[in-house]
Amino acid sequence: MITFLSAIGHSAIATLTKTGRGALFLKQTLTCTPSVLCQPRLISKQLFSVGVLTILIITISGLFVGMVLGLQGYYILSDFGAEETLGVMIAASLVRELGPVVSALLFAGRAGSSLTAEIGLMKATEQLSGMEMMAVDPIQRIVCPRFLAGCFSMPLLAAIFSMVGILGGQLVGVSLLGVDEGAFWSQMQSSIDFYDDILNGVIKSVVFGFVVTWIALFEGYDAIPTSEGVSRATTRTVVYSSFAILGMDFILTALMFGDI
Amino acid sequence: MEENNTQNSSLVTIRNLSFAREQRVIFDNVSLDIQHGKITAIMGPSGSGKTTLLKLIGGQLSPSQGSIVVDGQHIKQLNRSELYALRKKMGMLFQSGALLTDLNVFDNVAYPIREHTALPEALIRTLVLMKLHAVGLRGARHLYPNELSGGMARRVALARAIALDPMMVMYDEPFTGQDPISMGVLVKLIKTLNDSVGLTSIIVSHDVEETAAIADYIYIMSSGKIIGQGTPQELQQSKSEWVQQFMNGKPDGPVKFHYSSDNYFDDL
Repeated sequence: MITFLSAIGHSAIATLTKTGRGALFLKQTLTCTPSVLCQPRLISKQLFSVGVLTILIITISGLFVGMVLGLQGYYILSDFGAEETLGVMIAASLVRELGPVVSALLFAGRAGSSLTAEIGLMKATEQLSGMEMMAVDPIQRIVCPRFLAGCFSMPLLAAIFSMVGILGGQLVGVSLLGVDEGAFWSQMQSSIDFYDDILNGVIKSVVFGFVVTWIALFEGYDAIPTSEGVSRATTRTVVYSSFAILGMDFILTALMFGDI
Repeated sequence: MEENNTQNSSLVTIRNLSFAREQRVIFDNVSLDIQHGKITAIMGPSGSGKTTLLKLIGGQLSPSQGSIVVDGQHIKQLNRSELYALRKKMGMLFQSGALLTDLNVFDNVAYPIREHTALPEALIRTLVLMKLHAVGLRGARHLYPNELSGGMARRVALARAIALDPMMVMYDEPFTGQDPISMGVLVKLIKTLNDSVGLTSIIVSHDVEETAAIADYIYIMSSGKIIGQGTPQELQQSKSEWVQQFMNGKPDGPVKFHYSSDNYFDDL
Protein backbone atom coordinates (compact mmCIF):
# COMPACT_ATOMS: atom_id res chain seq x y z
CA MET A 1 0.00 0.00 0.00
CA ILE A 2 2.80 2.36 1.00
CA THR A 3 4.67 1.49 -2.21
CA PHE A 4 1.53 2.23 -4.24
CA LEU A 5 1.04 5.61 -2.54
CA SER A 6 4.71 6.43 -2.96
CA ALA A 7 4.50 5.57 -6.68
CA ILE A 8 1.53 7.92 -7.07
CA GLY A 9 3.43 10.63 -5.20
CA HIS A 10 6.52 10.20 -7.35
CA SER A 11 4.56 10.34 -10.58
CA ALA A 12 2.66 13.44 -9.38
CA ILE A 13 5.93 15.17 -8.50
CA ALA A 14 7.42 14.19 -11.87
CA THR A 15 4.37 15.54 -13.72
CA LEU A 16 4.38 18.81 -11.80
CA THR A 17 8.13 19.23 -12.28
CA LYS A 18 7.77 18.68 -16.01
CA THR A 19 4.87 21.14 -16.20
CA GLY A 20 7.06 23.69 -14.40
CA ARG A 21 9.92 23.08 -16.81
CA GLY A 22 7.48 23.49 -19.70
CA ALA A 23 6.24 26.81 -18.32
CA LEU A 24 9.80 28.10 -17.84
CA PHE A 25 10.65 26.97 -21.36
CA LEU A 26 7.66 28.92 -22.72
CA LYS A 27 8.69 31.98 -20.74
CA GLN A 28 12.24 31.82 -22.14
CA THR A 29 10.85 31.38 -25.66
CA LEU A 30 8.47 34.32 -25.36
CA THR A 31 11.25 36.50 -23.93
CA CYS A 32 13.29 35.89 -27.10
CA THR A 33 10.35 36.69 -29.40
CA PRO A 34 10.99 40.44 -29.93
CA SER A 35 14.62 39.94 -30.96
CA VAL A 36 13.74 37.04 -33.28
CA LEU A 37 10.94 39.08 -34.91
CA CYS A 38 13.65 41.55 -35.93
CA GLN A 39 15.39 38.77 -37.89
CA PRO A 40 12.73 37.64 -40.39
CA ARG A 41 15.27 35.46 -42.24
CA LEU A 42 15.35 33.04 -39.30
CA ILE A 43 11.55 32.75 -39.31
CA SER A 44 11.07 32.51 -43.08
CA LYS A 45 13.22 29.36 -43.28
CA GLN A 46 11.09 27.71 -40.60
CA LEU A 47 7.83 28.95 -42.15
CA PHE A 48 8.79 26.90 -45.18
CA SER A 49 9.53 23.66 -43.31
CA VAL A 50 6.73 23.98 -40.74
CA GLY A 51 4.04 25.65 -42.84
CA VAL A 52 4.60 25.29 -46.58
CA LEU A 53 5.53 21.62 -46.41
CA THR A 54 2.29 20.91 -44.48
CA ILE A 55 0.06 22.49 -47.15
CA LEU A 56 -0.21 19.33 -49.26
CA ILE A 57 -1.59 17.08 -46.51
CA ILE A 58 -3.91 19.89 -45.36
CA THR A 59 -5.25 20.47 -48.87
CA ILE A 60 -5.89 16.81 -49.66
CA SER A 61 -7.48 16.14 -46.27
CA GLY A 62 -9.60 19.30 -46.52
CA LEU A 63 -10.86 18.27 -49.94
CA PHE A 64 -11.95 14.83 -48.77
CA VAL A 65 -13.50 16.08 -45.52
CA GLY A 66 -15.48 18.64 -47.53
CA MET A 67 -16.60 15.99 -50.03
CA VAL A 68 -17.77 13.65 -47.25
CA LEU A 69 -19.62 16.54 -45.58
CA GLY A 70 -21.31 17.25 -48.91
CA LEU A 71 -22.45 13.63 -49.23
CA GLN A 72 -23.63 13.10 -45.65
CA GLY A 73 -25.21 16.55 -45.46
CA TYR A 74 -27.11 16.03 -48.68
CA TYR A 75 -28.55 12.63 -47.58
CA ILE A 76 -29.77 14.02 -44.26
CA LEU A 77 -30.96 17.43 -45.47
CA SER A 78 -32.77 16.01 -48.50
CA ASP A 79 -34.96 13.95 -46.10
CA PHE A 80 -36.36 17.28 -44.88
CA GLY A 81 -36.30 18.91 -48.31
CA ALA A 82 -33.70 21.35 -47.07
CA GLU A 83 -30.81 20.51 -49.41
CA GLU A 84 -30.40 24.23 -50.31
CA THR A 85 -28.97 24.76 -46.82
CA LEU A 86 -26.12 22.33 -47.62
CA GLY A 87 -23.70 25.22 -48.19
CA VAL A 88 -24.43 26.67 -44.74
CA MET A 89 -23.97 23.31 -43.08
CA ILE A 90 -20.66 22.61 -44.78
CA ALA A 91 -19.25 26.10 -44.24
CA ALA A 92 -20.36 26.32 -40.60
CA SER A 93 -18.94 22.88 -39.72
CA LEU A 94 -15.65 23.65 -41.44
CA VAL A 95 -15.11 27.20 -40.30
CA ARG A 96 -16.24 26.67 -36.71
CA GLU A 97 -14.94 23.18 -35.92
CA LEU A 98 -13.44 20.91 -38.52
CA GLY A 99 -11.11 23.48 -40.08
CA PRO A 100 -9.26 24.43 -36.88
CA VAL A 101 -9.50 21.01 -35.19
CA VAL A 102 -8.64 18.62 -38.03
CA SER A 103 -5.93 20.86 -39.45
CA ALA A 104 -4.42 21.18 -35.94
CA LEU A 105 -4.44 17.37 -35.56
CA LEU A 106 -2.77 17.01 -38.96
CA PHE A 107 -0.33 19.79 -38.08
CA ALA A 108 0.61 17.95 -34.85
CA GLY A 109 1.22 14.74 -36.79
CA ARG A 110 3.15 16.29 -39.68
CA ALA A 111 4.96 19.37 -38.33
CA GLY A 112 4.83 18.77 -34.53
CA SER A 113 6.44 15.35 -34.69
CA SER A 114 9.15 16.60 -37.04
CA LEU A 115 9.93 19.56 -34.75
CA THR A 116 10.27 17.24 -31.74
CA ALA A 117 12.49 14.80 -33.60
CA GLU A 118 14.67 17.60 -34.99
CA ILE A 119 15.23 19.33 -31.64
CA GLY A 120 15.60 15.99 -29.80
CA LEU A 121 18.25 14.82 -32.25
CA MET A 122 20.05 18.15 -32.03
CA LYS A 123 20.16 17.60 -28.27
CA ALA A 124 21.31 13.97 -28.62
CA THR A 125 24.13 14.96 -30.99
CA GLU A 126 25.24 17.76 -28.64
CA GLN A 127 24.43 20.48 -31.20
CA LEU A 128 22.46 22.44 -28.59
CA SER A 129 25.30 22.13 -26.05
CA GLY A 130 27.74 23.14 -28.76
CA MET A 131 25.73 26.30 -29.47
CA GLU A 132 25.62 27.15 -25.78
CA MET A 133 29.38 26.80 -25.58
CA MET A 134 29.71 29.11 -28.61
CA ALA A 135 27.72 31.66 -26.56
CA VAL A 136 24.71 31.27 -28.85
CA ASP A 137 21.39 30.80 -27.07
CA PRO A 138 19.67 27.76 -28.62
CA ILE A 139 16.27 28.99 -27.40
CA GLN A 140 16.73 32.17 -29.38
CA ARG A 141 18.35 30.64 -32.46
CA ILE A 142 16.60 27.29 -32.75
CA VAL A 143 13.43 27.21 -30.64
CA CYS A 144 11.94 30.68 -30.97
CA PRO A 145 11.94 30.92 -34.81
CA ARG A 146 10.21 27.51 -34.99
CA PHE A 147 7.71 28.57 -32.35
CA LEU A 148 6.78 31.74 -34.24
CA ALA A 149 6.61 29.84 -37.53
CA GLY A 150 4.17 27.36 -35.93
CA CYS A 151 1.99 30.13 -34.51
CA PHE A 152 1.86 31.97 -37.87
CA SER A 153 1.32 28.87 -40.00
CA MET A 154 -1.52 27.25 -38.12
CA PRO A 155 -4.29 29.85 -38.78
CA LEU A 156 -3.30 30.01 -42.45
CA LEU A 157 -3.35 26.22 -42.76
CA ALA A 158 -6.76 26.08 -41.06
CA ALA A 159 -8.03 28.71 -43.52
CA ILE A 160 -6.73 26.68 -46.47
CA PHE A 161 -8.36 23.55 -45.01
CA SER A 162 -11.76 25.27 -44.68
CA MET A 163 -11.55 26.85 -48.13
CA VAL A 164 -10.63 23.62 -49.89
CA GLY A 165 -13.26 21.77 -47.81
CA ILE A 166 -16.00 24.14 -48.98
CA LEU A 167 -14.87 23.64 -52.58
CA GLY A 168 -14.96 19.85 -52.02
CA GLY A 169 -18.49 20.12 -50.60
CA GLN A 170 -19.55 22.23 -53.57
CA LEU A 171 -18.04 19.69 -55.95
CA VAL A 172 -20.11 16.85 -54.47
CA GLY A 173 -23.27 18.79 -53.50
CA VAL A 174 -23.66 21.05 -56.54
CA SER A 175 -21.78 19.39 -59.39
CA LEU A 176 -22.53 15.78 -58.50
CA LEU A 177 -25.81 15.70 -56.56
CA GLY A 178 -27.50 18.69 -58.22
CA VAL A 179 -28.08 21.15 -55.37
CA ASP A 180 -28.85 24.61 -56.76
CA GLU A 181 -25.58 26.54 -57.02
CA GLY A 182 -27.14 29.95 -56.33
CA ALA A 183 -28.86 28.68 -53.18
CA PHE A 184 -25.67 26.90 -52.06
CA TRP A 185 -23.54 30.08 -52.12
CA SER A 186 -26.14 32.72 -51.23
CA GLN A 187 -27.42 30.86 -48.15
CA MET A 188 -23.81 30.39 -47.06
CA GLN A 189 -23.09 34.10 -47.49
CA SER A 190 -26.15 35.22 -45.60
CA SER A 191 -25.80 32.77 -42.70
CA ILE A 192 -22.08 32.70 -41.95
CA ASP A 193 -21.15 35.61 -39.70
CA PHE A 194 -17.67 37.09 -39.82
CA TYR A 195 -17.30 37.57 -36.05
CA ASP A 196 -19.32 34.62 -34.72
CA ASP A 197 -18.05 32.01 -37.15
CA ILE A 198 -14.91 33.02 -39.00
CA LEU A 199 -13.19 35.03 -36.28
CA ASN A 200 -13.94 32.42 -33.61
CA GLY A 201 -12.51 29.74 -35.91
CA VAL A 202 -9.37 31.82 -36.43
CA ILE A 203 -9.00 32.31 -32.67
CA LYS A 204 -9.25 28.55 -32.19
CA SER A 205 -6.58 27.86 -34.79
CA VAL A 206 -4.24 30.44 -33.26
CA VAL A 207 -4.65 28.79 -29.82
CA PHE A 208 -4.10 25.31 -31.27
CA GLY A 209 -1.03 26.46 -33.20
CA PHE A 210 0.42 27.99 -30.03
CA VAL A 211 -0.24 24.89 -27.91
CA VAL A 212 0.89 22.28 -30.46
CA THR A 213 4.12 24.11 -31.29
CA TRP A 214 4.87 24.64 -27.61
CA ILE A 215 4.31 20.95 -26.80
CA ALA A 216 6.37 19.81 -29.81
CA LEU A 217 9.33 22.07 -29.09
CA PHE A 218 9.33 21.41 -25.35
CA GLU A 219 9.13 17.63 -25.81
CA GLY A 220 12.13 17.80 -28.16
CA TYR A 221 14.10 20.08 -25.85
CA ASP A 222 13.27 17.97 -22.80
CA ALA A 223 13.82 14.60 -24.53
CA ILE A 224 16.22 12.05 -23.07
CA PRO A 225 19.15 12.37 -25.50
CA THR A 226 19.07 8.81 -26.85
CA SER A 227 17.34 7.30 -29.88
CA GLU A 228 14.69 5.74 -27.63
CA GLY A 229 14.22 9.01 -25.75
CA VAL A 230 13.66 10.96 -28.98
CA SER A 231 11.26 8.29 -30.26
CA ARG A 232 9.21 8.48 -27.05
CA ALA A 233 9.22 12.28 -27.10
CA THR A 234 7.89 12.26 -30.68
CA THR A 235 5.07 9.92 -29.69
CA ARG A 236 4.25 12.08 -26.66
CA THR A 237 4.06 15.17 -28.88
CA VAL A 238 1.36 13.63 -31.06
CA VAL A 239 -0.59 12.15 -28.11
CA TYR A 240 -0.45 15.24 -25.86
CA SER A 241 -1.14 17.60 -28.76
CA SER A 242 -4.22 15.61 -29.81
CA PHE A 243 -5.59 15.61 -26.25
CA ALA A 244 -4.84 19.30 -25.87
CA ILE A 245 -6.52 20.18 -29.18
CA LEU A 246 -9.70 18.21 -28.45
CA GLY A 247 -9.92 19.32 -24.82
CA MET A 248 -9.32 22.96 -25.61
CA ASP A 249 -11.75 22.82 -28.51
CA PHE A 250 -14.52 21.89 -26.08
CA ILE A 251 -13.59 24.70 -23.70
CA LEU A 252 -13.29 27.28 -26.48
CA THR A 253 -16.55 26.18 -28.12
CA ALA A 254 -18.34 26.41 -24.77
CA LEU A 255 -16.95 29.91 -24.22
CA MET A 256 -17.65 31.13 -27.76
CA PHE A 257 -20.94 29.56 -28.70
CA GLY A 258 -22.46 28.05 -25.57
CA ASP A 259 -24.17 29.49 -22.54
CA ILE A 260 -22.03 27.56 -20.06
CA MET B 1 54.96 32.50 -2.04
CA GLU B 2 55.00 29.54 -4.38
CA GLU B 3 51.26 29.07 -3.96
CA ASN B 4 50.76 32.73 -4.81
CA ASN B 5 52.65 32.30 -8.05
CA THR B 6 50.57 29.29 -8.94
CA GLN B 7 47.39 31.28 -8.30
CA ASN B 8 48.54 34.10 -10.54
CA SER B 9 49.47 31.95 -13.51
CA SER B 10 46.27 29.89 -13.33
CA LEU B 11 43.64 30.53 -15.93
CA VAL B 12 41.19 28.18 -14.23
CA THR B 13 41.17 27.67 -10.48
CA ILE B 14 38.89 25.09 -8.95
CA ARG B 15 38.59 24.90 -5.18
CA ASN B 16 36.73 22.34 -3.04
CA LEU B 17 34.40 21.44 -5.89
CA SER B 18 31.57 19.03 -5.09
CA PHE B 19 28.94 17.95 -7.56
CA ALA B 20 26.28 15.25 -7.39
CA ARG B 21 23.69 13.98 -9.85
CA GLU B 22 20.65 12.87 -7.86
CA GLN B 23 22.22 10.44 -5.34
CA ARG B 24 25.46 9.83 -7.25
CA VAL B 25 28.47 11.87 -6.13
CA ILE B 26 30.56 12.86 -9.18
CA PHE B 27 33.07 15.18 -7.49
CA ASP B 28 33.95 15.21 -3.84
CA ASN B 29 35.99 18.20 -2.70
CA VAL B 30 38.17 18.49 -5.79
CA SER B 31 40.74 21.30 -6.18
CA LEU B 32 42.88 21.84 -9.25
CA ASP B 33 44.57 24.56 -11.32
CA ILE B 34 44.87 24.97 -15.07
CA GLN B 35 47.96 26.96 -15.93
CA HIS B 36 48.10 29.72 -18.57
CA GLY B 37 49.53 28.63 -21.91
CA LYS B 38 49.97 24.99 -20.88
CA ILE B 39 48.31 21.75 -21.90
CA THR B 40 46.66 20.28 -18.85
CA ALA B 41 45.17 16.80 -19.07
CA ILE B 42 42.39 15.45 -16.90
CA MET B 43 42.55 11.68 -17.11
CA GLY B 44 40.66 8.89 -15.52
CA PRO B 45 38.58 5.81 -16.23
CA SER B 46 35.26 6.12 -18.07
CA GLY B 47 32.50 7.47 -15.86
CA SER B 48 34.87 9.37 -13.57
CA GLY B 49 33.17 12.70 -14.41
CA LYS B 50 35.76 14.17 -16.76
CA THR B 51 33.23 15.54 -19.25
CA THR B 52 31.12 16.85 -16.36
CA LEU B 53 34.16 18.83 -15.23
CA LEU B 54 34.36 20.57 -18.62
CA LYS B 55 30.64 21.38 -18.43
CA LEU B 56 31.18 22.84 -14.97
CA ILE B 57 34.07 24.99 -16.21
CA GLY B 58 31.92 26.14 -19.16
CA GLY B 59 29.05 27.01 -16.83
CA GLN B 60 26.64 24.51 -18.41
CA LEU B 61 26.30 22.86 -15.00
CA SER B 62 26.47 24.46 -11.59
CA PRO B 63 28.46 22.94 -8.71
CA SER B 64 26.72 21.99 -5.44
CA GLN B 65 29.70 23.34 -3.49
CA GLY B 66 33.03 25.00 -4.10
CA SER B 67 34.21 27.59 -6.56
CA ILE B 68 35.34 27.66 -10.19
CA VAL B 69 37.22 30.77 -11.27
CA VAL B 70 37.96 31.23 -14.97
CA ASP B 71 40.06 34.21 -16.02
CA GLY B 72 39.37 35.86 -12.67
CA GLN B 73 35.58 35.42 -12.86
CA HIS B 74 33.57 33.22 -10.51
CA ILE B 75 31.43 31.12 -12.85
CA LYS B 76 28.65 30.65 -10.30
CA GLN B 77 28.22 34.39 -9.75
CA LEU B 78 27.99 35.37 -13.41
CA ASN B 79 24.66 36.35 -14.92
CA ARG B 80 23.62 35.03 -18.31
CA SER B 81 25.17 37.76 -20.45
CA GLU B 82 28.43 37.74 -18.47
CA LEU B 83 28.62 33.96 -18.83
CA TYR B 84 28.02 34.21 -22.59
CA ALA B 85 30.72 36.91 -22.83
CA LEU B 86 33.15 34.57 -21.06
CA ARG B 87 32.18 31.64 -23.29
CA LYS B 88 33.18 33.66 -26.36
CA LYS B 89 36.72 33.37 -24.99
CA MET B 90 36.45 29.60 -24.55
CA GLY B 91 36.41 26.99 -27.29
CA MET B 92 35.14 23.50 -26.75
CA LEU B 93 35.69 20.45 -28.87
CA PHE B 94 32.92 17.95 -28.21
CA GLN B 95 33.47 14.22 -28.44
CA SER B 96 30.92 13.95 -31.26
CA GLY B 97 32.07 17.16 -32.95
CA ALA B 98 28.59 18.68 -32.41
CA LEU B 99 28.63 20.22 -35.89
CA LEU B 100 25.37 21.76 -37.07
CA THR B 101 24.09 19.19 -39.55
CA ASP B 102 22.18 21.64 -41.76
CA LEU B 103 25.30 23.70 -42.49
CA ASN B 104 28.33 22.73 -44.56
CA VAL B 105 31.89 22.74 -43.22
CA PHE B 106 32.53 26.36 -44.23
CA ASP B 107 29.32 27.66 -42.65
CA ASN B 108 29.92 25.64 -39.49
CA VAL B 109 33.28 27.31 -38.95
CA ALA B 110 31.85 30.70 -39.96
CA TYR B 111 28.88 30.30 -37.59
CA PRO B 112 30.43 31.72 -34.38
CA ILE B 113 32.13 34.53 -36.35
CA ARG B 114 28.86 35.53 -38.01
CA GLU B 115 26.98 35.32 -34.70
CA HIS B 116 29.37 37.43 -32.66
CA THR B 117 30.98 39.84 -35.07
CA ALA B 118 29.82 42.22 -37.78
CA LEU B 119 32.75 41.47 -40.09
CA PRO B 120 32.25 41.74 -43.85
CA GLU B 121 31.66 38.44 -45.65
CA ALA B 122 34.97 38.69 -47.56
CA LEU B 123 36.93 38.88 -44.30
CA ILE B 124 34.91 36.02 -42.79
CA ARG B 125 35.79 33.93 -45.84
CA THR B 126 39.50 34.63 -45.33
CA LEU B 127 39.32 33.84 -41.60
CA VAL B 128 37.39 30.60 -42.14
CA LEU B 129 39.75 29.41 -44.86
CA MET B 130 42.72 30.15 -42.57
CA LYS B 131 41.17 28.09 -39.76
CA LEU B 132 40.30 25.26 -42.13
CA HIS B 133 43.80 25.35 -43.59
CA ALA B 134 45.23 25.02 -40.08
CA VAL B 135 43.35 21.73 -39.62
CA GLY B 136 44.09 20.60 -43.18
CA LEU B 137 40.50 20.71 -44.45
CA ARG B 138 40.41 23.80 -46.65
CA GLY B 139 39.51 21.52 -49.55
CA ALA B 140 36.56 20.02 -47.69
CA ARG B 141 34.74 23.32 -47.16
CA HIS B 142 31.72 22.36 -49.29
CA LEU B 143 31.08 19.02 -47.60
CA TYR B 144 28.24 18.48 -45.12
CA PRO B 145 28.81 16.87 -41.70
CA ASN B 146 27.21 13.57 -42.83
CA GLU B 147 29.86 13.34 -45.58
CA LEU B 148 32.78 13.59 -43.12
CA SER B 149 34.64 10.80 -41.36
CA GLY B 150 34.83 10.91 -37.55
CA GLY B 151 38.36 12.30 -37.63
CA MET B 152 37.49 14.97 -40.19
CA ALA B 153 34.39 16.02 -38.22
CA ARG B 154 36.53 16.48 -35.14
CA ARG B 155 39.04 18.58 -37.07
CA VAL B 156 36.25 20.78 -38.43
CA ALA B 157 34.93 21.12 -34.87
CA LEU B 158 38.44 22.11 -33.80
CA ALA B 159 38.56 24.79 -36.52
CA ARG B 160 35.20 26.05 -35.25
CA ALA B 161 36.39 26.00 -31.63
CA ILE B 162 39.32 28.29 -32.52
CA ALA B 163 37.28 30.48 -34.90
CA LEU B 164 37.01 33.36 -32.45
CA ASP B 165 40.64 33.00 -31.30
CA PRO B 166 39.75 31.93 -27.76
CA MET B 167 42.08 32.10 -24.78
CA MET B 168 41.34 28.48 -23.87
CA VAL B 169 40.19 25.34 -25.65
CA MET B 170 38.63 22.37 -23.87
CA TYR B 171 38.95 19.02 -25.63
CA ASP B 172 36.48 16.32 -24.67
CA GLU B 173 37.98 12.91 -25.48
CA PRO B 174 39.64 14.13 -28.69
CA PHE B 175 41.34 10.81 -29.46
CA THR B 176 38.51 8.35 -28.83
CA GLY B 177 37.60 6.20 -31.82
CA GLN B 178 40.29 7.63 -34.11
CA ASP B 179 42.44 5.61 -36.46
CA PRO B 180 46.22 5.93 -35.84
CA ILE B 181 46.72 8.51 -38.62
CA SER B 182 43.83 10.77 -37.48
CA MET B 183 45.01 10.37 -33.92
CA GLY B 184 48.54 11.46 -34.84
CA VAL B 185 47.14 14.44 -36.77
CA LEU B 186 45.01 15.51 -33.81
CA VAL B 187 47.84 15.13 -31.30
CA LYS B 188 50.10 17.28 -33.48
CA LEU B 189 47.35 19.86 -34.09
CA ILE B 190 46.56 20.30 -30.41
CA LYS B 191 50.23 20.72 -29.53
CA THR B 192 50.92 23.11 -32.44
CA LEU B 193 47.86 25.25 -31.74
CA ASN B 194 48.70 25.48 -28.08
CA ASP B 195 52.29 26.49 -28.67
CA SER B 196 51.92 28.75 -31.70
CA VAL B 197 48.80 30.68 -30.74
CA GLY B 198 49.48 30.72 -27.00
CA LEU B 199 46.26 28.91 -26.11
CA THR B 200 45.56 27.25 -22.80
CA SER B 201 44.39 23.69 -23.41
CA ILE B 202 42.45 21.30 -21.22
CA ILE B 203 42.31 17.76 -22.53
CA VAL B 204 39.93 15.28 -21.02
CA SER B 205 40.95 11.82 -22.10
CA HIS B 206 41.63 8.25 -21.16
CA ASP B 207 44.16 7.67 -23.93
CA VAL B 208 47.26 7.62 -21.76
CA GLU B 209 50.02 7.44 -24.35
CA GLU B 210 48.80 10.19 -26.70
CA THR B 211 47.81 12.53 -23.89
CA ALA B 212 51.00 12.04 -21.91
CA ALA B 213 53.02 12.80 -25.06
CA ILE B 214 51.77 16.39 -25.28
CA ALA B 215 50.50 17.28 -21.79
CA ASP B 216 52.49 19.59 -19.54
CA TYR B 217 50.59 18.56 -16.43
CA ILE B 218 48.21 15.69 -15.72
CA TYR B 219 45.50 15.16 -13.12
CA ILE B 220 44.22 11.61 -12.69
CA MET B 221 40.70 11.28 -11.35
CA SER B 222 38.78 8.34 -10.00
CA SER B 223 35.62 8.03 -7.92
CA GLY B 224 35.18 11.81 -7.70
CA LYS B 225 38.66 12.53 -6.34
CA ILE B 226 42.07 13.41 -7.73
CA ILE B 227 44.21 10.36 -7.12
CA GLY B 228 47.38 11.62 -8.73
CA GLN B 229 48.88 14.69 -10.35
CA GLY B 230 52.17 15.82 -11.83
CA THR B 231 54.07 16.05 -15.08
CA PRO B 232 53.93 12.93 -17.28
CA GLN B 233 57.45 11.94 -16.12
CA GLU B 234 56.53 12.32 -12.44
CA LEU B 235 53.43 10.19 -12.90
CA GLN B 236 55.34 7.45 -14.73
CA GLN B 237 57.65 7.21 -11.72
CA SER B 238 54.87 7.54 -9.15
CA LYS B 239 54.76 4.87 -6.46
CA SER B 240 50.98 5.17 -6.07
CA GLU B 241 49.23 1.93 -7.01
CA TRP B 242 46.29 3.91 -8.45
CA VAL B 243 48.51 5.94 -10.73
CA GLN B 244 50.53 2.92 -11.81
CA GLN B 245 47.38 0.96 -12.62
CA PHE B 246 46.03 3.77 -14.76
CA MET B 247 49.24 4.81 -16.51
CA ASN B 248 50.14 1.22 -17.38
CA GLY B 249 46.64 -0.03 -18.10
CA LYS B 250 46.64 -2.89 -15.59
CA PRO B 251 43.27 -4.68 -15.58
CA ASP B 252 43.12 -5.11 -11.81
CA GLY B 253 44.37 -3.04 -8.94
CA PRO B 254 42.82 -0.41 -6.70
CA VAL B 255 40.27 0.12 -9.51
CA LYS B 256 38.62 -3.29 -9.55
CA PHE B 257 37.91 -5.23 -12.71
CA HIS B 258 34.65 -6.49 -11.21
CA TYR B 259 31.76 -4.20 -10.45
CA SER B 260 30.91 -4.34 -6.74
CA SER B 261 28.94 -7.56 -6.12
CA ASP B 262 28.27 -10.42 -3.66
CA ASN B 263 30.64 -13.37 -3.27
CA TYR B 264 30.94 -15.20 -6.60
CA PHE B 265 30.40 -18.73 -5.18
CA ASP B 266 27.45 -17.62 -3.05
CA ASP B 267 25.93 -16.04 -6.11
CA LEU B 268 26.18 -19.19 -8.28
